Amino acid sequence: MIAAADAPARPRRRRFDLDRALNTLAAWALALLWILPLAFAIWTAIHPSAYEARFELLAPLTFENFEKAWGAAPFARYFLNTFMLVTLILAGQFLLCTLAAYAFARFAFPGRSILFTLVLLQLLVMPDILIVENYKTMRILGLVDTIPAIALPYIASGFGIFLLRQTFLTVPRELDEAARIEGATVLGILWRVYIPLAKPTYLAYGLVSVSHHWNNFLWPLIVTNSVDTRPVTVGLSIFSAIDSGIEWSVINAATLMTSGPLLIAFLLFQRQFVQSFMRAGIK
Amino acid sequence: MLIRSREWVHAWLLLLPALFFLFAFTHVPAVMTLWNSFYSTPRGRRPARFIGIENYERMIGDPVFWKVLGNNLWFALGTIPTSIAIAIAMALWVNDRLAGRGFVRMAYFTPTVLPLIAVANIWLFFYTPGFGLIDQAASTLFGWPQTNWLGDPATALNAVIVVTVWKEAGFFMIFYLAALQAIPPSLVEAAKIEGAGRWTIFWRITFPLMMPTTLFVSINAVINSFRLVDHIFILTNGGPDNASSLLLFYIYETAFKYWETGYGATLTVAMLAILCALAIGQFFFFDRRVHYK
Repeated sequence: MIAAADAPARPRRRRFDLDRALNTLAAWALALLWILPLAFAIWTAIHPSAYEARFELLAPLTFENFEKAWGAAPFARYFLNTFMLVTLILAGQFLLCTLAAYAFARFAFPGRSILFTLVLLQLLVMPDILIVENYKTMRILGLVDTIPAIALPYIASGFGIFLLRQTFLTVPRELDEAARIEGATVLGILWRVYIPLAKPTYLAYGLVSVSHHWNNFLWPLIVTNSVDTRPVTVGLSIFSAIDSGIEWSVINAATLMTSGPLLIAFLLFQRQFVQSFMRAGIK
Repeated sequence: MLIRSREWVHAWLLLLPALFFLFAFTHVPAVMTLWNSFYSTPRGRRPARFIGIENYERMIGDPVFWKVLGNNLWFALGTIPTSIAIAIAMALWVNDRLAGRGFVRMAYFTPTVLPLIAVANIWLFFYTPGFGLIDQAASTLFGWPQTNWLGDPATALNAVIVVTVWKEAGFFMIFYLAALQAIPPSLVEAAKIEGAGRWTIFWRITFPLMMPTTLFVSINAVINSFRLVDHIFILTNGGPDNASSLLLFYIYETAFKYWETGYGATLTVAMLAILCALAIGQFFFFDRRVHYK
């Protein structure tokens, strides 16, 4: 898509192109429709609640809604929890998936294809669905209401193993063998040859994983029950579910706050984000 | 021989940590779910006992189960073709020379980055009867009376479908963009020389060549339609009268609201069976139509 953008425009007829004009119009109409909910949420969040449904260009701006939301629930703690959660998951995934992907990509051993099939099976049978049994496991382990309990089911990711294996397979064997002749160990080759060459995949997988687990809700809702462990998504749902007549402008401010870091990161690194999702999706 | 067995040991050691977690939280729970679906729910001092297919009999006779299953089917039918069609249109537009393309692309993709919970909050405000933007627009433009979109059994599920399409179309667009760029421009050029119009080019060249992407996206979309229920919690809580409840939401309610874990396991087995059947079916259905290079 980026390459196409930079391609020089071919000379075309100067006649007014109705088809193109209609397409541009439709594309813009859809874009405005798509951005409308977010724009509306931003509008209510930065204006006093009197302007929730009144659109005046010169309505006074305020930051009060964010202050109210921040003060009404322990969002600072929720953010810390989410931060710890995504860090833990990402670190675990990088470590475990790298090792497993390396084994699948470059080692011949009995049972390889059946084990790989079992890994791929996780793309269909995800931990998200197995909530009943995984909750039992966490209770047996005494981990209910801890951050590791939210993270553990996701650490060995079939998707991550698959993605890294595909990348490792593209590494030329000669590099591998050269390092071996120089006396590098198995882990040394992985560290010095494979991982540096797979950096774009790690970036892509990292972005996808962080945004996925930042946004995850159901499992954290089940396995946490205190302020000290709840991630922002669960915190937000509890905050906005209280029937104490919290104003919409405050709820919208809280909503934007929780998605804020991801949204800002996305706007700053738009190209990387889009390319990462693309790279992670193409098999 | 020695070298080969050392390689085996290395490979197994590398795999061990990942496989341990994979088995502990995916494969073993999946098997245990099947096992527990034949047992009663343990209560207090009374341990679970083997009850055969009693849970399954209960499921067959459970009107709520059939209701949520029907809902999920309608939800999948309502979201998947629509979001795929919109995603293709988006990709075609964004891939073309278009004024303000950067903004358009950002607008399409932004919902993907937002948490589903946040998305649901924003839309809940939209749907508020009388006061929300949708009702205001409807009454100004068409003079419609106040409508409780989420509170009416006839519209609740459709309102949820709209939110899901909005959230997912931009995500699927990305895959179609990648597919569009992989199509050799010479094919399109050749068709143009032959005098083919845009419409013909799309149906005869672009769309068939994107079939592998459509397969990938639709498998993803089917899994998502069963896996993602976050917005239900905010928008409708499954109501009114289970009108907008989905299978996973019902499993959650059964297991964690009423603590009927035995029956919850049975419902999960039904879900896993449906997912597997759909994945296999889709693979064979599309396999004949997909054009591989």
